[in-house]
Amino acid sequence: MRAALPIAPMSLVFGVSFGVLAEAEGLGVLAPIVMSATTFAGSAQFAAISVLETAGGIFAAISAAVLLNARYAPISLTVAPSLGGALLRRLLESQAIVDESWAVAQVGSGRVDRRLLIGAGLTLYACWVGGTTAGVLGGGLLGDPETYGLDAAFPALFLALLIQQLGSRRALAAALAGAGLALVLVPFSSPGVPIIAATAACLVGLWRR
Amino acid sequence: MRNFWIVVAVVGAATVALKSAGPVFLGGRELPALALRVVELLAPALLAALVAVQIFGGDRELVLDARVPGLLAAALALLARAPIVVVVLVAAAATALARALG
Repeated sequence: MRAALPIAPMSLVFGVSFGVLAEAEGLGVLAPIVMSATTFAGSAQFAAISVLETAGGIFAAISAAVLLNARYAPISLTVAPSLGGALLRRLLESQAIVDESWAVAQVGSGRVDRRLLIGAGLTLYACWVGGTTAGVLGGGLLGDPETYGLDAAFPALFLALLIQQLGSRRALAAALAGAGLALVLVPFSSPGVPIIAATAACLVGLWRR
Repeated sequence: MRNFWIVVAVVGAATVALKSAGPVFLGGRELPALALRVVELLAPALLAALVAVQIFGGDRELVLDARVPGLLAAALALLARAPIVVVVLVAAAATALARALG
């Protein structure tokens, strides 16, 4: 729980803003809450409703969101050694994975701590779903989260966690290559693609030490 | 509105499947040594990409806006060995300030 402390309030505020936006789009009260409870991945949810808002079809909305979440496949691979037990338990526990919980649960050499992951995941889940509910039911009051600079808060968290990861020369190379690849691709691809392509940077691990 | 329920259902199912792929198929098992060497670099590669895209990414373009002072403030706070909560708050405050002034 303590690991999630710096990010829980942000998750709450983002949840509220998702609820407010979705409700303003005329997507109802229940559907946005169900989406936060089942999808539990902020960027993909925002992407889906922004595609619908700009009159894109449901196919475009679905592919934008799924593309954004495709990074969870490689991420879940790094979590696999830490989650044991019965199939159903692994399935349930893996749902605690979001960028932030995965990032704070890192314990070095590519491993995550199961208790940190689940503790942070559950805290963020409560904030995200609670925030969405508050947002659809009567948000509006908070205004635009960008006024508070919240869009810089998550990258700041990721930067802080990245610094802790840069113990080796290969890690530094992977980080630089990942950031470079992603930035180069931003102008030429749909959202989500740059991040997924950046995972290719971890192939520098095949180099001899 | 009814269409949105389809989006909710499909995106939800796909996300559950993506998040559980690793643990369901490999759960609890160690990865082979070579795979581990690759996978351990996934965190730095992805975190760096997330930082870069969330700060400089626009709608199919790279932009320099109020998020950049936020990142710089975060970097300074990290240099000063501030705790993560402080780093995050400083970044948000710097971006909010830059936006209010801009």
